[in-house]
Amino acid sequence: MFRIVRKEVLQPSVILYEIEAPLIAKKAQPGQFIILRVDENGERIPITIHDYDSIKGTVTIIVQTIGATTLKLSMLNEGDCLHNFVGPLGKATETEGRKKVAVVGGGVGCAIAYPVLKKFHDDGAEVHAIIGFRSKDLLILEDKFKAASNHLVVCTDDGSYGRKGLVTEALKELIDAGHQYDEVFAIGPMVMMKFVSLTTQPYGIPTTVSMSPIMIDGTGMCGGCRLSVGGETKFACVDGPDFDGHKVDWNIAVKRNQMYAEFEKHKYEEVCNLLNKEVR
Amino acid sequence: MPNMSLKKNPMPSQEPDIRNKNFQEVALGYTAEQAMDEAQRCLNCKHKPCITGCPVMVNIPDFIAEVAKGNFEEAYQIIAATSALPAVCGRVCPQESQCEKYCVRGIKGEPVGIGRLERFVADWHNSNNKELPEKPVSNGHKVAVVGSGPAGLTCAGDLARLGYDVTVFEALHLAGGVLVYGIPEFRLPKAIVQKEVDGLKALGVTIATDTVIGRTISIDELQEEYGFEAVFIGSGAGLPMFMDIPGINYRGVYSANEFLTRINLMKAYLPESDTPIQHPKTVAVVGGGNVAMDAARCAKRLGAAVYIVYRRGMEELPARKEEVEHAEEEGIIFKTLHNPVEIFADENDDVNKVRCIRMELGEPDASGRRRPIEIPGSEFDIDVDCVIMALGTSPNPLIKDTTKGIQFNRKGGIVVNEDGLTSRDGVYAGGDAVTGAATVILAMGAGKTAAKAIDEAIRAKA
Repeated sequence: MFRIVRKEVLQPSVILYEIEAPLIAKKAQPGQFIILRVDENGERIPITIHDYDSIKGTVTIIVQTIGATTLKLSMLNEGDCLHNFVGPLGKATETEGRKKVAVVGGGVGCAIAYPVLKKFHDDGAEVHAIIGFRSKDLLILEDKFKAASNHLVVCTDDGSYGRKGLVTEALKELIDAGHQYDEVFAIGPMVMMKFVSLTTQPYGIPTTVSMSPIMIDGTGMCGGCRLSVGGETKFACVDGPDFDGHKVDWNIAVKRNQMYAEFEKHKYEEVCNLLNKEVR
Repeated sequence: MPNMSLKKNPMPSQEPDIRNKNFQEVALGYTAEQAMDEAQRCLNCKHKPCITGCPVMVNIPDFIAEVAKGNFEEAYQIIAATSALPAVCGRVCPQESQCEKYCVRGIKGEPVGIGRLERFVADWHNSNNKELPEKPVSNGHKVAVVGSGPAGLTCAGDLARLGYDVTVFEALHLAGGVLVYGIPEFRLPKAIVQKEVDGLKALGVTIATDTVIGRTISIDELQEEYGFEAVFIGSGAGLPMFMDIPGINYRGVYSANEFLTRINLMKAYLPESDTPIQHPKTVAVVGGGNVAMDAARCAKRLGAAVYIVYRRGMEELPARKEEVEHAEEEGIIFKTLHNPVEIFADENDDVNKVRCIRMELGEPDASGRRRPIEIPGSEFDIDVDCVIMALGTSPNPLIKDTTKGIQFNRKGGIVVNEDGLTSRDGVYAGGDAVTGAATVILAMGAGKTAAKAIDEAIRAKA
């Protein structure tokens, strides 16, 4: 069993969980993910690692409450246990040898962008961070990004905080202002990563994206997480999760990720009803 | 006086039109009377050809002789002396190409129903003898087993019985490997697998689920930090293969592994499960092996009309004969001598048809089977909303990418000698990780061979 040692509500729908998992904490590296299952009937879902502490033996994830599984997760408190927590899975992000990079994070994807950004920074690169949220009430980790980057731009879709607009606009401005990036690293919703890739393509800037497709085992067995990358079939769990954003077939990736949207909506409502009954 | 009937006692089964709508076990098993009657068909011949057909050399005529006398527990002990998973093997072994293939009674008429008898004996034992095995005295030596499928469970069981302190590492949340994620409930009830796993635990085996060797713990650490004197890798086959045709990533195209895992491991067919699965109207399952039959029969149980699309003929289907018969009885439509060439989808990328081409058989190829050849211009479309690829797997790269000193073959399988020893000292391997996708019993045989070699190697050092 994997105990939650700290639960911190960062925003009403964005929650940090620090989980006791000493073996994973010892091995985890930026860019890797875990798979968790909340309870006996639970779905296995992949979540990218936000932080890890090999001395305390804990792994931290930040999860937005958006569906049945994440809602069930949000009902757990410090001291409660997750049924399953396995990892670290996938390959670590390559951060060495870069002189200047831009890290683009979208929404709860910023939770994952942060350790990658920090690694670039610790490895000696000049780091620009562009983080975007729908609105101010979803903003997370601003101070941490500020501390680990040389330049930070915060965007909100509705202008309720920072600059109004999309991360791609801010990125394009920085590039047009003459900043020469060795690499752009994007983590967030698939649509955002797609448009970051489209933004950098004309400039020929190598762009890495961290993919989070639907997955079951996370070890290469099911093939559910497959992507078309440069015309080849790749498995996000063992070949990734990082891929060349210019080579990913985004249209199919986005649609595959929504394959169970209707089921998920149904399940979410079911769990809502169930929890309301129990809570009230 | 032997029973000279030319036919096996038929297996009592759920009616096809009832069972194709539920996930309960299809075959119901012999009664004691049927088992004793079937056992009397065995001639107990001196040269025992059946045993040579068994990868783990079960003493078949002896156990059958006990069944004939009604000594079912004695029969069980004879099987258990060489087979770690009798209740599993009795259900999933391809007997027609193993023990029963060599049965003298098969020359004229049907062979003795060895598989059915094994199943009866194992089930009788499981329901009449609730005592778990006793933990043997420890010999103080530690062995790690990677993967809890048939190879790993067999290796672990054999070593535990010899007093080894065995830990089995499993990546998933449940032990059993392909026995839980792959083979459906209606063919192998999960309670039977659990019972086997519980038996190993009673022998002192530790099962560490949620542990991915190569990621959570490396092979190096197992040997150097954790102090395991030997490691057995039975990590299974791994990455599912997809056809290289247009449309393979549309929504509604599954690997059989994914489709079966959602159903068998995650129980996506039960309303209380949070795991989604498509409930297709019409499915094309591509492939002709046991996995294809399992996927097809699962899809049928979700309410779909199901085609099996296979590029060779009925005669060449690699699946167990019984699975093919069961699938046909349940209403699966076989499109043999057909091969998909393209998958189409609607504006949402949801699959709506598969284009197939007719095939004919040419000269035998390297595998000895007649090579399928496309008939030009014979393409036609089948309306389907789901395509399941059951084409086999290629070895998982995880251990290869994270472990030094282990040699792999061109196809990515682990290279081992006749004892199952890899090119790395103290590291053994067996099952699909070595051979590529094969059968449960072959994996068990490999686990058994390695257990013996590990025991000998450790004793030689001591």
